[in-house]
Amino acid sequence: MTAESSQAEHDKAISRRTFLSRVWLAMGVAVVGEAAFLGLRYFGSRKSDSPFGTVIDAGRPDDYPPGTITAFPEARFYLLRFEDGGFLALYTRCTHLACLVSWEEEDGRFHCPCHGSQFDREGDVLNPPAPRPLDRFPIAISARKIEVDTGRPLRRKSISADDLTYLSAE
Amino acid sequence: MLRLLSRIRRSIWREPWPTDRRGQIRLTLNDLILHLHPPTFPKRTLKITYTFGLGGLSIMLFGVLAITGVMLMFSYTPTPDQAYSSMEALRTEIWLGQFLRNLHHWSANLLLILVTLHMLRVFYTAAFHPPREFNWVLGLMLLLLVAASNFTGYLLPWDQLSYWAVTIGTSMIDYIPFVGGAISRAVLGGPEVGANTLRNFFAFHVALFPFLIVTIISYHIWRVRKDTISIPRSVDEPPLDKRQIETVTTVPHLVVRELAGGLVVLGLLLAWAVWVDARLLEAADPNHPPNPAKAAWYFVGIQELLLHFHPVYVTFVIPTLVMLALLLLPYLDFDETRDRNVTGIWFRSRRGRQQAFVGAMFGTVWTVTMVLLDEYWLNLPEMLDFLPMSISNGLLPLVFTLLVLLGFYRMMRARGATVSEANQALFSLLFAAFVTLTVIGVYFRGKNMALMWPWEV
Repeated sequence: MTAESSQAEHDKAISRRTFLSRVWLAMGVAVVGEAAFLGLRYFGSRKSDSPFGTVIDAGRPDDYPPGTITAFPEARFYLLRFEDGGFLALYTRCTHLACLVSWEEEDGRFHCPCHGSQFDREGDVLNPPAPRPLDRFPIAISARKIEVDTGRPLRRKSISADDLTYLSAE
Repeated sequence: MLRLLSRIRRSIWREPWPTDRRGQIRLTLNDLILHLHPPTFPKRTLKITYTFGLGGLSIMLFGVLAITGVMLMFSYTPTPDQAYSSMEALRTEIWLGQFLRNLHHWSANLLLILVTLHMLRVFYTAAFHPPREFNWVLGLMLLLLVAASNFTGYLLPWDQLSYWAVTIGTSMIDYIPFVGGAISRAVLGGPEVGANTLRNFFAFHVALFPFLIVTIISYHIWRVRKDTISIPRSVDEPPLDKRQIETVTTVPHLVVRELAGGLVVLGLLLAWAVWVDARLLEAADPNHPPNPAKAAWYFVGIQELLLHFHPVYVTFVIPTLVMLALLLLPYLDFDETRDRNVTGIWFRSRRGRQQAFVGAMFGTVWTVTMVLLDEYWLNLPEMLDFLPMSISNGLLPLVFTLLVLLGFYRMMRARGATVSEANQALFSLLFAAFVTLTVIGVYFRGKNMALMWPWEV
């Protein structure tokens, strides 16, 4: 009886050999994961010298009358000021396949030349294949200057009134 | 003096040039390069309409690419400022520069075509059936590596064509669920195509991918020897008995044919590279995408799909399904307890020939019909605007397509096709559809990617 139960116990417990090979396997997985992580960090840490990706000083809020659209081609965004005074910085990267959208004054839309997507002034999709509105960049506004953080594009499922940034005094 | 020369010669090749069969066999066995071949092989495989020499020609093109590639490296600088001026220098200053670039460019394009044809040949002669299943898998890896080499090379001239084609191509990575963003940043070396991207692609193109290709090619060829080469048969011929197979020696029978075929293709390629220049547009301008902006021609079929499906399906779901199907194909296509051995028979059987033809025709007509339907009459996201776009423009059409494919497969089976023949018909359908999409994308898409006639594009 005791012999049997200890035998069963023994079957349930893993052998030293199994244990060691599992440790090796786990260490192998850890090494691969570590190498992948380090590799990604290595590639990710290289600097780029373009202004895009940094915080851009766009000048004073008064420079932008309501109802205007200003292009910042080097920094890859359009700065829009709406009639109610709100600011919006739209990333010029089409949400479909990364082509560059451009503002067409005639029909008041953003057009993507690659696959024909169109967006309205708030960045909402008017014409697919783009699957979501244009991304926007966070804006910090004081009376003196507007700062657009082009390192953090914000994805939106749909547009909302909260997307606009207002001068805090207003 | 002569004695010394002959001593040197004998230190490299131990034996005199053979004249008898035994000597020829020994030569193949003992020579470093020739021993990639078996010493003798079945005479029937010499038939040009069986292999068309596609694998051998691909290896020759890889050699041309390696030589021209290294030569181009001597006059190329992988930075955004200088890459494009390297191209101009190749055209205007460097002796034979444009010719070398042309030769590299056209060899790369031809290689992609030849490896695809090689895959079709192996597929349609069932040469991937046991025992050669795994070599099919290695071949798939090589196909992907050749495509990746083409794609990374595409960026290097840094003109408008390369910049925007790579921008579109790499942005597809973003749609891979969860990890896409991180991979895309790592591949691009930043948020968009820039100096780091060029560095990355250069390293992939001149070091990593060629190394992998050489390694896997060696394994691929070694396996052809170990798995033995498949032997062509006429359509009603039973499998051959090993003892009936007539063999000939590799030297000279195979080697002279390889040399002759290789020289003919090389000659045509050189002539082509003399007369036809590789395209070069203006220098890359990140602020002015051309209209239309198209991917490299071999990805235009995928880009065409993007006009009809939600991106996550085109860039992730469909490629994953296709790759899985291709990887598992050799393991699902043939079961020796169930199926007749059809290795070496073009299109497997008489019925196989008909059904492969029907599949290709249906694939072409259906694709044209669906593209026109979606372009002019059907706007699923608008008609089903209560559904998210990933369903109305993704899941629904995908399920519909899969149902049509399943129906087609069932119909072929009901008409007496074996599993392998039905797979073949389905493969023909899908390959024809892919070719049709590519042709539409290349020749029938103009400004704003609108459909138009080729002379308007």
